[in-house]
Amino acid sequence: MADTALPLEAGAKVNRPSLLKRIILHNLPAKIAALPMMVTVLVVFVGCTLWTIYYSFTNSKLLPTGKFVGIEQYERLFATSRWNVSVTNLITYGVLSLIFTLVVGFILAVLIDQKIRFESAFRTIMLYPFALSFIVTGLVWQWIMNPTLGLQGTMRNLGWENFTFDWIANPRMVLYALLIAGLWQGTGFCMVLMLAGLRGVDEEIWKAARIDGIPTWRTYVSIVVPMMRGVMVTAVVIIGSGIVRLYDLVVALTNGGPGISSEVPAKYVYNYMFSGGNIGQGLAAATMMLLSVIIILIPWAYLEFGGKGRRT
Amino acid sequence: MQNSVSIRDLSLNFGSVKVLQHLDLDIAQGEFIVLLGPSGCGKSTLLNCIAGLLDVSDGQIFIGGKNVTWLEPKDRGIGMVFQSYALYPQMTVERNLSFGLRVAGMKKDEVERRVARAAEILQIEPLLDRKPANLSGGQRQRVAIGRALVRDVDVFLFDEPLSNLDAKLRSDLRVEIKRLHHRLKNTMIYVTHDQIEALTLADRIAVMKNGVIQQLSDPHTIYNKPVNLYVAGFIGSPQMNMFEGTLEGTTFTTADGTVVSVDTYDFAAPSNGPIQAVLGVRPEHIALGEAAAAMPFSIDAEIEIVEPMGSDTLAWTKIGNKAVTFRCDSDVVIETGQMVRIGFDPARGSIFSAETTNRL
Amino acid sequence: MSQISTMASVSPAPTGAAVEPRGPRPKPFFTPRKIIIYSILVMFSLYYLFPLYVMFTTSLKTMPEIRFGNIFSLPTAPSFDAWVKAWTSACTGLTCEGLAPGFWNSVKITIPSTIISIFIAAVNGYALINWRFKGSEIFFAILIFGSFIPYQVFLYPLVMITREMGIFGSLQAVIIVHTVFGMPILTLLFRNYFASLPQELFKAARVDGAGFWRIFFEIMLPMSLPIFVVALILQVTGIWNDFLFGVVFAGTQNYPMTVQLNNIVNSAQGTPEYNVNMAATVLTGLVPLAVYFVSGKWFVRGVAAGAVKG
Repeated sequence: MADTALPLEAGAKVNRPSLLKRIILHNLPAKIAALPMMVTVLVVFVGCTLWTIYYSFTNSKLLPTGKFVGIEQYERLFATSRWNVSVTNLITYGVLSLIFTLVVGFILAVLIDQKIRFESAFRTIMLYPFALSFIVTGLVWQWIMNPTLGLQGTMRNLGWENFTFDWIANPRMVLYALLIAGLWQGTGFCMVLMLAGLRGVDEEIWKAARIDGIPTWRTYVSIVVPMMRGVMVTAVVIIGSGIVRLYDLVVALTNGGPGISSEVPAKYVYNYMFSGGNIGQGLAAATMMLLSVIIILIPWAYLEFGGKGRRT
Repeated sequence: MQNSVSIRDLSLNFGSVKVLQHLDLDIAQGEFIVLLGPSGCGKSTLLNCIAGLLDVSDGQIFIGGKNVTWLEPKDRGIGMVFQSYALYPQMTVERNLSFGLRVAGMKKDEVERRVARAAEILQIEPLLDRKPANLSGGQRQRVAIGRALVRDVDVFLFDEPLSNLDAKLRSDLRVEIKRLHHRLKNTMIYVTHDQIEALTLADRIAVMKNGVIQQLSDPHTIYNKPVNLYVAGFIGSPQMNMFEGTLEGTTFTTADGTVVSVDTYDFAAPSNGPIQAVLGVRPEHIALGEAAAAMPFSIDAEIEIVEPMGSDTLAWTKIGNKAVTFRCDSDVVIETGQMVRIGFDPARGSIFSAETTNRL
Repeated sequence: MSQISTMASVSPAPTGAAVEPRGPRPKPFFTPRKIIIYSILVMFSLYYLFPLYVMFTTSLKTMPEIRFGNIFSLPTAPSFDAWVKAWTSACTGLTCEGLAPGFWNSVKITIPSTIISIFIAAVNGYALINWRFKGSEIFFAILIFGSFIPYQVFLYPLVMITREMGIFGSLQAVIIVHTVFGMPILTLLFRNYFASLPQELFKAARVDGAGFWRIFFEIMLPMSLPIFVVALILQVTGIWNDFLFGVVFAGTQNYPMTVQLNNIVNSAQGTPEYNVNMAATVLTGLVPLAVYFVSGKWFVRGVAAGAVKG
């Protein structure tokens, strides 16, 4: 193309520039500005995803060079108890975390919305954990839940000999330990979202409900919550995509233990790719994570964008 | 006759801000009262106090002879219509109308009867299964009125109900509200900043400023005999022409020396010594040409600007140095630069003390 | 007077001797409703504050005091020894240089990543709103969709790409990865913000003959301070708190603070020194906490802005 390059103006006068030229030159600065986005989308979001999917069907071990083996990696994956435990854990943790985050976040937002004193102090206290990393969150709670010197030890020293709070050392309870730490970090954020939603409700709706004599709780349940559908959906999507990524918190709080009782898929992927030397297996697990996200996202995207295409 | 709504010595403060001050107001059964004033004058606040949506700082409120000062809104026997309609968005029109009744535990057939009656009165039967999002502004406002209607109450409160509508719909619904009042004969208290709505709808208008009722009277009196400069200036568009000057006996001398004899003016109390005063004349009370010559006061003036409005024509001129607007028939041909004779009868004007701003 | 009083006695409400309601509705200070509201709020506040309290007090105690086993108690003789040790000589499993190198690594990662990612996203959002071109919306849609995909899906291919580029295990690699994964949310933020600015301004500037960059720098940027603050808060806390990208891409000598912290606590040999662990945890949390407490309302805005949908 370079050899046919006329001075731009002359070319434009004689005839329309060639298709390729129009694609490149029209609005050029905007395309330069958007170049990082285009590269990111093509190379990372599309390219890497396809690469991962493709190589999950190979028997790559230390290097991604293996030969195509079909769904063998997936068969192995679901035959591995560590993976199955990871998936079960994630589902249990995810469902509980989603429900509790939404319920607690909403209740706190409602309470804060009752024209209380010290509103900003309460808000500050509830949101600050969200500024902290999962590593910090996990390590603090690891210390609090330390069976000998943490909360349990303290209570026993104080005289409650039977006080038990050994969840991080108890395979059956360890998920709830994760949950306590996760909720501590994330509920404040949900509260802020919900509060924004509550404050967005037209004040005259509240007045109208009072004139109609509708009790406050009923106004929330029957009128306000349905009006907050948008905020609720946003919260579910954000909390949900955070749950699928759950990794740092587990590494810091339990490192998957005791045994494999608090393993999660993200950690499984990491361990097989970077420590286990079984890339194909890691990629297959990653692809399964992708699949689960798509299963969550498609209905949401359909609901949000499908209907009338009312948004820009 | 029993007053429908009585307000006794009502005050409301937000912190140190006095929003309403020692306000008294008696509203007769079936009366249509309009609270009129600019934003921030306290008219909506007063309405919210009557509704029980705001706690008062002092004073009492009676509705139907009952002291409701401490009662919940739902127990006061009122219905209310809001500016933003405040319809419950996820409920159908039918459920919007019936929600309050059902929450109160009313029998199903009674709920249905009331909804059907309200829908019939407001002609919204075809809309009952729709959601508010699928209604036009005018339809939404009808549903909002319907929600007050089904409560079967004596007092309706309207908080700027037409302000979110376009001009055409506004005048349509205005007529409709008036028709509704004739049919239901409820007491209605209506808040607006639109003087046309006030003048057309009200039995009596309460003009408010800074939390105080300036004048409470029928629209005719408010328009023709404003009690003070504020009311005179607020009501009427274009504004009343105001001449500043001195009044001595029945002779008014404007600041730039024009002398107007005000013999015909009906003074509330005759004044003697020379006092600073303001003479106000409405644009439509200024006559032109031969009619002007017949008036107690007339003068030659040069037309500066002509604004044809369709139904009539507005013209801008000067008496002395003072800009004056007058209104004349749209058939009259006048042009910029033309010299005309204009005149008025002070009896139709208003004279205010410059000191107290009250009507003399 | 007498007339008024007879009227009052005749008046319909059979209130009898009771006080006629007048003035504000009487409100007891302690209603059951208020007590319930405040006690729930206080309970939750304790849940949120307890870890912060424990973190600080433990870090100021000595090990014997900790072994005595009262997690609630205040330190009898507060000492910053544990902080000093955490900062200078705590062992991360491989070396015993404390958190200081990790802190500086985090600074070296956070500052360039923040600046680059915000600049790219600002320009990108501006182009998407004001200079749409064929396909720009599709790219944007994939970008947003992609932001929900778990990072694990991209990890290995990105390792290969950075290795090809010869930057795997270096600060550049982490910075690039942060820029890439910060792009969806930041672009969304800037795009929505620019969309909310009056389009007339942009049109007027174009009529005046200003081009892409001139409009961006002279018209858009001066009006965009709020959104830059929001983006800044979002990125600084987000990047500082990152663990995964640091541990994968930075290489051992460039590990950010979070990775070092986790190594100190979870891979240390010998008897755990809980006071040092907590001091290290506090130190790591200090930067985002400072951002949080200084920015206050802006942080909330950032959080909410990050959540609004496109």
